[in-house]
Amino acid sequence: MASGEQLPAIKGAKVLMVGAGGIGCELLKTLALSGFQDIHIIDMDTIEVSNLNRQFLFRQSHVGQSKAKVARDAVLRFRPQISITPYHANVKDSNFNVDFFKQFSVVLNGLDNLDARRHVNRLCLAADVPLVESGTTGFLGQVTVHIKGQTECYECQPKPAPKTYPVCTITSTPSKFVHCIVWAKDLLFAKLFGDKNQDNDLNVRSNDTTTSSDHSEDIFERRKDEDIQQYANRIYDHVFGHNIQTALSNEETWKNRNKPRPIYVKDVLSDEPIQQNGNADKMLDNDNLSSLSAMAFLGLKNPQDIWSLKENSRVFFAALKLFFSKRQKEIGNLTFDKDDPLAVEFVTAAANIRATSFNIPLHSLFEAKGIAGNIVHAVATTNAIIAGLIVIEAIKVLQNDTKSCRMTYCLEHPSRKMLLMPVEPFEPNKSCYVCSETPLLLEVNTHRAKLRDLVEKIVTSKLGMSLPLITHGSSLLYEVGDDLEEDMVANYAANLEKVLSELPYAITGGTIITVEDLQQELVCNINIKHREEFDEEKEPDGMVLHGWTPAPAAENNKDATDNNGASTSSTSKSAPDVMEDDDELLIIETGIETIPAGGKKRKLSDVSNSDTAVDEKRSKKIPEQPENNGDVFVMLDDGNDDISERVSQ
Amino acid sequence: MNGEELTEQETALYDRQIRVWGVDAQRRLSKSHVFVSGLKGTAVEFCKNIVLAGVGSLTLNDDNPVTEEALAANFLIPFDENMGGGGSLAELCCDSLKDFNPMVHVSVEKGDLSSFDVDFFEKFDVVVISCCSLAAKKSVNEKCRKLSKRVAFYTVDCRDSCGEIFVDLQKYAYAKKKADETVECQLHYPSFEEAIAIPWRSLPKRVSKLYFAMRVVERFEEVERRKPGETSIEDLPNVLKLRNELCLAHSLNESQIPDSLLERLVVSTKEFPPVSAVLGGILGQEVIKAISGKGDPLKNFFFFDSVDGKGLIEDISTS
Repeated sequence: MASGEQLPAIKGAKVLMVGAGGIGCELLKTLALSGFQDIHIIDMDTIEVSNLNRQFLFRQSHVGQSKAKVARDAVLRFRPQISITPYHANVKDSNFNVDFFKQFSVVLNGLDNLDARRHVNRLCLAADVPLVESGTTGFLGQVTVHIKGQTECYECQPKPAPKTYPVCTITSTPSKFVHCIVWAKDLLFAKLFGDKNQDNDLNVRSNDTTTSSDHSEDIFERRKDEDIQQYANRIYDHVFGHNIQTALSNEETWKNRNKPRPIYVKDVLSDEPIQQNGNADKMLDNDNLSSLSAMAFLGLKNPQDIWSLKENSRVFFAALKLFFSKRQKEIGNLTFDKDDPLAVEFVTAAANIRATSFNIPLHSLFEAKGIAGNIVHAVATTNAIIAGLIVIEAIKVLQNDTKSCRMTYCLEHPSRKMLLMPVEPFEPNKSCYVCSETPLLLEVNTHRAKLRDLVEKIVTSKLGMSLPLITHGSSLLYEVGDDLEEDMVANYAANLEKVLSELPYAITGGTIITVEDLQQELVCNINIKHREEFDEEKEPDGMVLHGWTPAPAAENNKDATDNNGASTSSTSKSAPDVMEDDDELLIIETGIETIPAGGKKRKLSDVSNSDTAVDEKRSKKIPEQPENNGDVFVMLDDGNDDISERVSQ
Repeated sequence: MNGEELTEQETALYDRQIRVWGVDAQRRLSKSHVFVSGLKGTAVEFCKNIVLAGVGSLTLNDDNPVTEEALAANFLIPFDENMGGGGSLAELCCDSLKDFNPMVHVSVEKGDLSSFDVDFFEKFDVVVISCCSLAAKKSVNEKCRKLSKRVAFYTVDCRDSCGEIFVDLQKYAYAKKKADETVECQLHYPSFEEAIAIPWRSLPKRVSKLYFAMRVVERFEEVERRKPGETSIEDLPNVLKLRNELCLAHSLNESQIPDSLLERLVVSTKEFPPVSAVLGGILGQEVIKAISGKGDPLKNFFFFDSVDGKGLIEDISTS
């Protein structure tokens, strides 16, 4: 139990927890033990088997149930007298508005994605409620405290966005295994099993303009009554053979790169009978969809094994056949799901075959699944430590002892004898557009870019607004909402398709537009600057936002563990931490921000880094993903990263 | 689950942590045997962590009855059970822990810690004791060291919002990744008795004040024949006096062991749950490292004080 002085503050506090997963379970338990009596908890997820290694409030029998509700029930068993209010809902729901947040003395985040964190950050600022943020990945973790006006808000230091890769790397010149995974998952799997109406870059563009791309579109359609094996062979030869052949004809591409080799079925599985082993018939007779597995079909037992080209090819065919013979109904509607074993097997096999072509090292199913599914490695101990640290900070907040609030980093390797490193919070960033309402600058070709582009590439993605409202002066150009009149909706739809300079109240160089999100109570002014040309490779969006300090694709190791779930930090390998210990005040010098020793202020990093404009669309969740306009892929992490390398001595 | 391969069930359950430490480490964990004595909040946190990690077995020892104080930082015991249901702390914790991971064999060993002989400890790979007297720490540590097989020995204690972990891995060899190469390292750990016998002035400068403070309180309890944690505000003047005597003997400045710190340790002896969580987590990681042979183990003391928020490693040894 906490000390005598702390108890009254704790007992009377109404606390909101966002997230009932890895950190959430540990946090709820520790809050209850520490004397908290009124806890609200929001989580939209249900329990999965892979949660059980650390989310200890849940049992096998709870799989499929609401995390928030089960967590509550579990804790009440040892503290029946406290009040825990669970919400099985998305924290971004409109019910969780500023008034909702205002009822709490402190908000504690245990989230697993950047999007929700930004949203909560804004609501806490609007409601003027202190926020304790946290994140863990493997053995690394951190806790940060955000108090309006006193410390940085969560967005004062931009967080690394998920790594993205240029289209051509995925479609034509992969050099890493992760490129092959993206190809297999977002292109091939999507093409074969997903929505056929979606644009898809699967076909390599050849220099030979006589090959019409329409012609090759048909290749992926299974012809009426076509034998599954024949269809499968055709697909295999097309994507691993002919497409590569076509790509080889573009001499320029391969000038400084190793050439891939085409792979055809006949070269790999020449004299193989189609049926593999005794399991085959059993498998095809079995109507239990959840037991469908290419590996089981082929007798491959160990997901840690690295399959040969032959084995990968067999898996490819087995998976494809199982989809078409046993899951036809789903074909055309499937999206990749890491918990769908057959999908994972297919993607692993396809990625490995492609990797073979391009001389990239092959990976096991276990590894491939981690990469394709964006799986974050996680253990109970780190979450327990972080939860303890969160409660310690929360108590300081409740006692209005904000001067002693700290950011704390949990390291895998000690730095100056420390495994747990406290750091003074920074003062608010004066040019943070979220908490300091600083205007931003947007360079854009106002004659080419449409309002839709502005909304998708800047407003919802970069600025993280969910329900935006765009005004120019006093005129409303665009808004989103449930209660809009039909003619307004039509008006906005029409506006979206207009180029900026042709809008009713034209947006041209020198214009200032206001972008807001009413739920987040965030207002942002953007100065428009017209620019004619943009570099296709470095600035694929055709517009560049300044003043929003972009997350460099590499460093920012301090926030390496921002996501409990999706690991968004990219594949940086350096940026060592240099600790300056002047006894009480600890300062971290990172690669991007230079902090004068002893000071709490922060020099702004140089603003326009055009080479970081590559990472655009952030959302990885399929439903939220904006229509793929073919330019840049939203990417997942290279799961092979050793994140611990980032926080080294 | 003691076969060579992990079962499908284990693979599914442990997926996320296998991605942290690998399949080999998971296998070794599933074959390991852990003993824990002294089930207050911090030890309970550790037990939760080690069970979730998937050790082969966990043996619990604590014959104390369930009291309100014991429940303060213990989330394993359901509310209805604690009302005079009988059963020791160990028995009640055992039932709950089994629930966390049915693949771990959790059991109770009754008896006083001092009654277990050297052979008893041979069954285990890891021994963790908490809330034990100085004499018990020394004794159990020695027994572990007498065995021909290496039994890792740990103590963990939490008073107020301060905590201490002690690690003894005897001679520990492991592979360490340095840049691109793998280097063989060997660490030599002293026993608890050896460590605390090192004269204070020989210790590196700026050793955590908590180390000294804990030694003073430990000594006080030994001299006054108290149970661990059995101190109160009335004892403070005598504790301060003892501090002065010890500092004199060790030629250490008294300011190295502040009054305020001693007061906290002597007056509020109850464990502060967030600190229990931190200590239980750190200890959990250390034990997992020792069992799996993966990762740099800490040598040899760990301190945490929520007032300054630092989690510090101190090397109190002659090597």
